[in-house]
Amino acid sequence: MKLLEYEAKEYFKKYGIPTPWGRMVTTSEAAADAVKDLGRPAVIKVQLPVGGRGKAGGVKFADTPAEAELAASQLLGMSIKGLTVEKLYVEEKISIVNEVYLGVTVDRGNRCYVILASGEGGMDIEEVAAKTPEKIVRHRVDPVLGLRSYHCNLIAKRLGYGDRKMRAFATFVSKLYTLALEMDAELTEINPLAEVEDGFIAADARLNVDNNALYRHKELEEKLLHSYQGELTEREMEARAMGLAYVELEGNIGIIGNGAGLTMATLDTVMLHGGKAANFLDLGGGATPESIRRAVKFVLGDMRTRALFVNVLGGITRCDHTAEGIVAARRELGVSKPIVVRMMGTKEAEGKAILREAGIETLDSMEEAADIAVRLAGGA
Amino acid sequence: MVRFIDKDTRVIVQGLTGGQGQFHARLMKEYGTKVEAGSVPGRGGQVFEGVPVYDTVTEAQDEHEIDASIVFVPAPYALDAALEAVEAGLDPVVVITEGIPVRDSIELVAKAKLKGTTIVGPNTPGLIKAGESKMGIMPAQVFRKGGVGVISRSGTLFYEIAAHITRVGLGQSTCVGLGGDPVVGLDYIEILKWFEDDPETEAVALIGEIGGDAEERAARFIKEGGFTKPVAAYIAGRAAVPGKRMGHAGAIIQGSSGTADSKMSALRNAGVEVGELPSQVAEALRRLL
Repeated sequence: MKLLEYEAKEYFKKYGIPTPWGRMVTTSEAAADAVKDLGRPAVIKVQLPVGGRGKAGGVKFADTPAEAELAASQLLGMSIKGLTVEKLYVEEKISIVNEVYLGVTVDRGNRCYVILASGEGGMDIEEVAAKTPEKIVRHRVDPVLGLRSYHCNLIAKRLGYGDRKMRAFATFVSKLYTLALEMDAELTEINPLAEVEDGFIAADARLNVDNNALYRHKELEEKLLHSYQGELTEREMEARAMGLAYVELEGNIGIIGNGAGLTMATLDTVMLHGGKAANFLDLGGGATPESIRRAVKFVLGDMRTRALFVNVLGGITRCDHTAEGIVAARRELGVSKPIVVRMMGTKEAEGKAILREAGIETLDSMEEAADIAVRLAGGA
Repeated sequence: MVRFIDKDTRVIVQGLTGGQGQFHARLMKEYGTKVEAGSVPGRGGQVFEGVPVYDTVTEAQDEHEIDASIVFVPAPYALDAALEAVEAGLDPVVVITEGIPVRDSIELVAKAKLKGTTIVGPNTPGLIKAGESKMGIMPAQVFRKGGVGVISRSGTLFYEIAAHITRVGLGQSTCVGLGGDPVVGLDYIEILKWFEDDPETEAVALIGEIGGDAEERAARFIKEGGFTKPVAAYIAGRAAVPGKRMGHAGAIIQGSSGTADSKMSALRNAGVEVGELPSQVAEALRRLL
């Protein structure tokens, strides 16, 4: 789950991470009031869950309340990457000595958190990593030892900071790591982290929280669907609200599988047979007749879908439950789109019997079933 | 040292009384797995599927000899349950549970490593030694005892390919589901090392998917001569779109890394036969053996 800058900064403040004075506003009048209360020059930034807002013209400067009102009126309602700007963050403009990068993320291969820091802030860090990897300081946090103050000091020294600046940066790293851990961050980064006269301050803030950990962060759960804006299509948002693992694609064959790997392989096999999938839908483990009914109804109800291909290998998911779900969904929708089902595994005979009675064809081979689905959808 | 299972491995089922725990404890017993006990806090003294349940793993150990644990406990409690098994000295600990926060998986894997315990998963279909014992949720009928070791990140795709291996007249030795999460206890390389020394494994089917770089690292390991038996592979996700999570928390193409093409070409470059269809993996293995 991706938090917006102003939401992330609320957590930064909670964890004692220095951030500039700021206020989220939704009207140009409120933007003017914010600059009036601030009493100093401000920067006004659009709040959207997409990157590259600076290049898209989503950041403006204002020295006075009148300038802020004008800037805000230009920004609000503006469209960036298909999203309409509804929220702005009015923040104190700071005088930056140097722009630094600092981030904490998960190192999958080494099964730990990793801290990344670079003196080349303000730029795309992936680009820095690709072109000049020596400019990135990387510290893998030993999960048993944790992140100690000497680690933080070393990171600061490697970036070239001594004395007071070393202590200031080390404290910053320590606080950001604590936030990352306690907030279950998949990624938290500050780019740029502004080096100022007497220390450091988070000019930007990014915080992506692990969806699996939202039960520990109840206050975020309700914001989850909203955070998908810009990332998900309308149909994907709808599917997410129904609890379906659905990805919209561009073809005309509806695909439902169980298990991410098998469902991906189903898309690939359809593609190799010359067809194009309309979607990816993974039933996950242990789907019930009811959840399968909803999934089938959702995919079959897609106007673009000309045929449905259900591919279930029963382990924890049962073939009889799958069959019941398919039959119920088709009955409710009353559509006559062709359905091809491949099923194998737990309760296979029972599942096939239910489908046979309903006049739905079942196959044993995914590759044959994919071929039939492609032909039924109008051919390659 | 990685530890897997055989017909003598004695197992405790943590979370036995839940729907999945009960269902799969029965299927494991039917397959021949020695399911000695279950543990569920608050359910001590009850009997499910003919298996006695204890409140804690330690109490189960007071009454039974137990070697390994399989965990079906819901995600918020799974870290605790798995650590209980680790501390009790059980090995391997197979974590079936889906949806465990990454922070918990990192802690579990690191602490298990200190104790030298093999963690399989989380979010794994588990382990099977074909014809002998299974600690997992895989459908038994697709497996037959044979010489192909299988390593897979996915569950159902692993069954698909195992079924093809059986169909072409081969069979499986040990099969391991790595798990679909970003952080899991094992990677391909550790299991390839185990298969290299396993006399029952003659060849390996490596089943991967988009996201991360575990397949690329395995390819490098094979190329450098770390694994000398024949390998055939399949990578799922050629039709996936970058930036979208394809079901598994770990299955996401980020930027230009983690694509199916990158993994397929790394493996081919290491001399691995890469199938475009799942059935081709089995056919390649038949040719190679």
